Amino acid sequence: MMIEGVDIEKRRFLTKTATVVGAVGAGFLAVPFLSSMRPSAKAEAMGAPVEVDIAKLEPGQRVVVLWRGKPVWVVRRTTEALASLAALDNEVADPNSDQSQQPQSSKNEARAIKAEYFVAVGVCTHLGCSPVYRPEVAPADLGVDWKGGFFCPCHGSKFDFAGRVYKGVPAPVNLDIPPHYYISDTRIMIGLDGEKA
Amino acid sequence: MKKLIAAWLCLFIWGSTVAASEQSLDHVSVDVFDELSVIRGAAYFGDYCLGCHGLKQIRYSRLVKDLKVNEAKLKKTILFGDIKIHESIKSSMTPELGETVFGVAPPDLSLVVRSRGSDWVFTYLKSFYVDAKRPYGVNNVLLPNVAMPNVLWELQGSQRPLVESVHGEDQVVGVQLIEKGSLSERQFDSALTDIVNFLAYVSEPSKLQRVPLGKYVIGFLLLLTYILYKLKKEYWKDID
Amino acid sequence: MNSGKTVGGAVREWIDERLPVSKFLEDQLLKYYAPKNFNFLYFFGSLAVLVLINQIVTGIVLAMHYKPAAELAFDSVEYIMRDVSWGWLLRYLHSTGASLFFIVIYIHMFRALFYGSFKKPRELLWLFGMVIFVLLMGEAFMGYLLPWGQMSYWGAQVIISLFGAIPVIGEDLAVWIRGDYVIADATLNRFFALHVVALPLAILGLVVFHLAALRTTGSNNPDGIEIKKNRNLVGIPKDGIPFHPYYTVKDLYVAGIFLIIFSYIVFYSPEMGGLFLEHPNFDPADPMKTPEHIQPVWYFTPFYSILRAIPSKLGGVIGMGASIVVLFLLPWLDRCPVKSVRYRGPLFKIALTGFVISFLALGVLGTKPVTDLNTLLARIFSGVYFAFFVLMPIFSSIEITKPVPDRVTEPVIPLSKREGFQWRMIEEGLSALQHAPAYLYIKSILAKVSGKVSGSN
Repeated sequence: MMIEGVDIEKRRFLTKTATVVGAVGAGFLAVPFLSSMRPSAKAEAMGAPVEVDIAKLEPGQRVVVLWRGKPVWVVRRTTEALASLAALDNEVADPNSDQSQQPQSSKNEARAIKAEYFVAVGVCTHLGCSPVYRPEVAPADLGVDWKGGFFCPCHGSKFDFAGRVYKGVPAPVNLDIPPHYYISDTRIMIGLDGEKA
Repeated sequence: MKKLIAAWLCLFIWGSTVAASEQSLDHVSVDVFDELSVIRGAAYFGDYCLGCHGLKQIRYSRLVKDLKVNEAKLKKTILFGDIKIHESIKSSMTPELGETVFGVAPPDLSLVVRSRGSDWVFTYLKSFYVDAKRPYGVNNVLLPNVAMPNVLWELQGSQRPLVESVHGEDQVVGVQLIEKGSLSERQFDSALTDIVNFLAYVSEPSKLQRVPLGKYVIGFLLLLTYILYKLKKEYWKDID
Repeated sequence: MNSGKTVGGAVREWIDERLPVSKFLEDQLLKYYAPKNFNFLYFFGSLAVLVLINQIVTGIVLAMHYKPAAELAFDSVEYIMRDVSWGWLLRYLHSTGASLFFIVIYIHMFRALFYGSFKKPRELLWLFGMVIFVLLMGEAFMGYLLPWGQMSYWGAQVIISLFGAIPVIGEDLAVWIRGDYVIADATLNRFFALHVVALPLAILGLVVFHLAALRTTGSNNPDGIEIKKNRNLVGIPKDGIPFHPYYTVKDLYVAGIFLIIFSYIVFYSPEMGGLFLEHPNFDPADPMKTPEHIQPVWYFTPFYSILRAIPSKLGGVIGMGASIVVLFLLPWLDRCPVKSVRYRGPLFKIALTGFVISFLALGVLGTKPVTDLNTLLARIFSGVYFAFFVLMPIFSSIEITKPVPDRVTEPVIPLSKREGFQWRMIEEGLSALQHAPAYLYIKSILAKVSGKVSGSN
C-alpha cells in the first residue's frame, strides 16, 4: 500500500524483522546476566560430596554431617524401629513417598538403599528447622502412641523412622533423601548417586 | 605552519618510543588452544614448579573441563596427594617456609603471563647462568640476583654469562651454553613453550570460551545492524 | 471514558489520567524537531547513554560477587573471571565499556567545540556536560582502585597525595579522603560505596538535567544555525524533522555498528595491548613494592601530562585543575558570533587543530616515562593547550568569518565543495584509487551480493 510514495508495508516488515531479531539478541544477552547469579564453581566446590564412615555406628545411633550447608543424618536403625514402619502406613500422609524427594534407589518402604541405614536431610519440610531424634517409644511429652522417629520442635511436625511425615502436622511432605551411594560397606558418599565415570 | 610543526613533533614522539624500548626478549608463540601442549606444560609444572609455586586462582576441576582430561590423568601430571578435584592448585610450600629457605616467598604464578608477558616468562626460564657468588649457584639475566634456583638445569644444561662493559660497568648481556642437559636446545625451547602455554592458559582460562564465541556474537550483530540499516534507509527516503 | 477499544489503549488512558506519560513521549519524540543535517559527530550522545546503561547493568551483577576489602578484592575479581558463570564476559563488558565511555565522550565534546554547541543559548547545557565529565572522571578513578592491583594501588596513592599539595589543609584533606595515612582498606571500601552508589546517582541526575537543557534550547547542528528561526505555517522548523522515527531509527543503526566494534574488543582483545587492562594490574597490590612505571589509565594521560610538565607539586596540581576548569569557561572565552567551524575564520581552525593535536600528544606523552625530551615536549604541548583558551578572546574577536546561511546545508560537505589545497590532493588520490583494478573488482562483487539480497526482498 502506498501513500504519497511511502511504502508502509515495507516499513512494517522491516520494523517487525528488526524487533524480532533484536528480541532474540536481547534474549541471548540476558543469559550471562541471569546465569551469573547461579551457584559459582566456588559454591559447587563447597557443596561437594561428603564421605561418611559408618564402621563404628551402633544400632540406634545417629551421626550428622554437613552437606551443602545442611545437616544430613545417618541413622543405624534397630530391628524394632524398622518393624514399626509397616504399622504406621495409615498414620503417615504419604506412605509410598510419591510426593517427596528421594533418589530412585531409596523409593521403598524403608526409604533407603540398605534398610539398616537411614540417610536423610535433617531439615523439616515445613519451614526448615532441624528436627530432634526421638528414638524412644512413648515418652511423656510425645504421648503413648509415639513409636519413635523425629520430632520438629518449631511447629510440632512429626516424622517416623523412615522420615515419613505424619498426617495432621504442618510439614507437607516426607523428609528429603539426598543422592548417596555406598563406596563400601562402611563408607557412604553423600551428594552423588554413584561413582562418576 | 603550526600544523606542520605539530605533525613533525608527533613523529618525533613516536620515534622516541621505538628508541626507548625495553631489554629485548626472545619471542615464544603462545597457543592456548593447543590442548596437548598445555597438558604437557601442566606435567612440567607439576614436576619442576609446583614444589614452590602455587596456582591458587585455578581449580583442578577447571583443568578437567577445559583440557578434557580426566582425574586419573591429572593425578599423573599435577594433582598429587589427597587433594580433591574441586580444590585450587596450591603448592605445599607455605610463604613462611619460602622466606626461610629462599629469603622471599616464591610468588603465585596464576597470572604471571598476564602481568609480565609470555615472552618475558619464556626468556626468564632460558636466562639462568652459573654464578658462584649466589646461594644456589645461579643468577639470571632478566632478574639479577633472583632468589630462584635453576629448576630446569637437568633439561637445559648450564650456561655462562657473556659480559660486556657498558658505560664503564660490567653488564651481563647474554648467555652461552657450557654444559649440555638432557634436551637439545630445540627440545628445551619446545618444553619451555609447553610450560608457557600452560601458564598462559592458567592466566586466562576463559580465553578458550571467549575467542570461539566472538564470531557468533559479531555475526549476529552484523545481521541485526544490516536490518537496522535497511530500516533507517527506508525511513530516510522521506528526507530530501 | 469509553474510548480505547483495546486493552492496551484502556491501560494507557488509565495511566495518562494519573501521569502524563503519553504526552511526555509525544513531546519528547514525535514533537521534538531536530535539525535534519546531523552527521557522524552527532551520534555520540546517544552512544554515551548506551554505554552508561552497560556500565550500570554490568556493574550491578559484578557487585554481587566483588568483595570490597583489601584482603579479598583482588581474589574476588579472579573469582569473577573464573568461578562465576559468565563472569569473565561481565568483567570485560565493564572494563571495555569504561574505556569506550571516554572515547565516546571525548568525541562528543569535540563535536561541541567543532560546531559551537557550547555557545549561547546552550551555555548551561555545556556546563551540565562538563559536570558530568568531572563526575565521570571521579567515577572511573574510583572504579580503577577496586581490582586492587599494583597499578590500582599506586595510581591512587600518587593522585590522592596530590591533594596534600594544597597549602594549609592539604595533608589533613588527603588523610580524610583516604580514611588512613596511606591508601588502605578504608579507602577501598569508601571508594566502592561512592563508585557503586553515590556517583552513578549523581551522574544519572545530571544526565537528566543535561537532556532537559537540550530540550529547552533544541539541538545545534553542523551549520550552527538556529533552526527555530525558520518556521513553517504550523510553527514547525523548516529544517527540523521529528526525532521519532528519523533519529530513533538512525541511532539504533549507529548503536548496532558501535556494538560490533565493542564486541570485537570484548571477544578478541579486551586488554587492548595493555591500554584498557594494564599489565601491572594483574599483580596484587603490594605497599612495599612500587612498580617501575606508574601511569594512570589512558583516558587520564593528557591531564597527567600537564601535571608532570610543571616542576612544582602545587603548580602541577593547579595546572591539571586549570586544564579542566578552563573548559567550563569556554562559552565566555569565545567571542565569535558564528558557531560552526564551517563559517569561522582560519585563526579558529588553526587554534582548534593545535588544541586537538596537543591533547592527543599530551595523551601519548602521559604513557611514557619521564625523560628530558618528553618533559620538554609536554611543556610545549601544555603551552599550546592553554594557549587555545587564553588567546581565544583575542582571536575569536578578530577572526574573519564567512557568511552564515539561513537554512541548513549538507550533513557532510562533499569533497568537491571544500576549499583548500589539501582537499584537492585528497580528491586526486581518491580518484586514482577509484580507477584501480582491485577497487573496481571488489565493487563488482559487492554489487552482485547486494543485488541478490535486495532482489529477494
